[in-house]
Amino acid sequence: MSGEILLQTILSGVLIGLIYALVAVGLTMIYGVMDIVNFAHGEFLMFGMYSSFWLFALFGLDPLVTLPLTVLMLFALGLAVYQVVIKRITNAPMLSQIFATFGLMILFRGIAQFLWKPDFRTVENSLSSGKVIFSGLHFGLPQIIAALGAVLATGATWWFINRTRLGAALEATAQDKEAAQLMGIPSQRMFALAWGIGAACAGVAGVLLSTFFPIFPEVGANFILIAFVVVALGGFGSVSGAFWAGIIVGVVEVLGGFLLGPEYKLAIVLALFLAVILVRPQGLMGRAQT
Amino acid sequence: MNPLLEVDNLGKRFGGLVANEGISFRLDDSQIVGLIGPNGAGKTTLFNCIAGFYPPSEGSIRFRGNAVAGLTPPEMARLGVARTFQIVRIFASMTVLENAMVGTMLRNKRVPVARQRARDALEFCGLGGRLDLPAVNLTVAEQRRLEVARALATEPKLLLLDETMAGLTPSEVQEAVRLVKAIQARGIACLIVEHVMEGIMPIADHMVVLDYGRKIAEGTPAEISRNPAVLAAYLGE
Repeated sequence: MSGEILLQTILSGVLIGLIYALVAVGLTMIYGVMDIVNFAHGEFLMFGMYSSFWLFALFGLDPLVTLPLTVLMLFALGLAVYQVVIKRITNAPMLSQIFATFGLMILFRGIAQFLWKPDFRTVENSLSSGKVIFSGLHFGLPQIIAALGAVLATGATWWFINRTRLGAALEATAQDKEAAQLMGIPSQRMFALAWGIGAACAGVAGVLLSTFFPIFPEVGANFILIAFVVVALGGFGSVSGAFWAGIIVGVVEVLGGFLLGPEYKLAIVLALFLAVILVRPQGLMGRAQT
Repeated sequence: MNPLLEVDNLGKRFGGLVANEGISFRLDDSQIVGLIGPNGAGKTTLFNCIAGFYPPSEGSIRFRGNAVAGLTPPEMARLGVARTFQIVRIFASMTVLENAMVGTMLRNKRVPVARQRARDALEFCGLGGRLDLPAVNLTVAEQRRLEVARALATEPKLLLLDETMAGLTPSEVQEAVRLVKAIQARGIACLIVEHVMEGIMPIADHMVVLDYGRKIAEGTPAEISRNPAVLAAYLGE
């Protein structure tokens, strides 16, 4: 095997890994702040993709142009999901929480099938179509733009959490809700914010994917499983952990698929997940549970 | 003059369990009030009612003239009530400075200003040399002081201290006593739950004694230490 092909494979893995990281950032944020695992996270991504698709199909607007609008819609959807469903199960047993978000997943898929049929849809000839050839390595322009967009969105989320007043309030709530309340931080508003941002992150990932990935009601399933692996590897609740873990998972998936055969891709990723749980259950950058 | 805090006929029940009943006392600006009583006397419940964690079942709480019973902890923090916990609850994975900044950000919208105020609060509590350490790496005594600094960072008028001196060495207790006096000198009133009598007796202007959820005595530390009901509660009949 030539070094060139190996390099091509690894870089392709990094590109998709950056998208995985962005999906996982939203998931890890919701978990970090509320200790609730959002099984409907892939459906936020699916709605982001459909938003891109319909704005493109109906008005001819490019996904990159309509990205801010989609982000706003997904942020609002995240808030609505919190207000209508999650707020009621904040202190419920874990099993009720799992069923609630799992039920949302089924509901959202059903809504998408009902409204938009189970067909595969694609965004053709967007602004970011084409290829980039760089010293013998070939990359799709959509993948490169998507990866760059994912890095920007992940970076912006990290900056928000670590450098702003509201981000500090979110982080304080994640660590100790009651102590944060004493500092004048209303927990409920922080929970709602986490859902808004979490959904928006998945939405951005959906927009970025829409230019090169088929769009269909169950598309979230392709990403949610991998996002769980990324979150576990990076450490539950850690944004920077999710970023590095996303890249690792992307590379492992693509490289493993290349070396062993693409049919084993998911098996390899899940084997990585098992290995993480056995060797380092708190993840690369996770907080040890106290 | 209106008192800073006025608790009137306060009661709190959990189902059939009466944790607080008919408690009344007042606390003036810059006053240090000690709240003592045997284990299970209802001191922490009273704290939780004042800080907004529990809505009282009956009675009223007035803070700076406003009825505040039933407000939430964030609302109480805004009004100027801060508290510490019996078991320290710092933000473990943040640095010492970041912990205090979460407090200063309540009243300072700009992050650099909040950072400077947080530095001042930590300096005041003797943690000026520890700013960038992860908070978990502090000693227990330092973590207690960090919790006090974080509470002061919200710029309170009233500070509720829940057994801040428990488990400290005698010299650490003396440091804690100096810190409380310095807080008082800044014009901040303190309501202090304490089991360490040599910590609370010398600094309290006034003492309130609870037993079985009721107030059994109040007065100066000297009066309290001679009060037969108090002696009975602590030593048994």
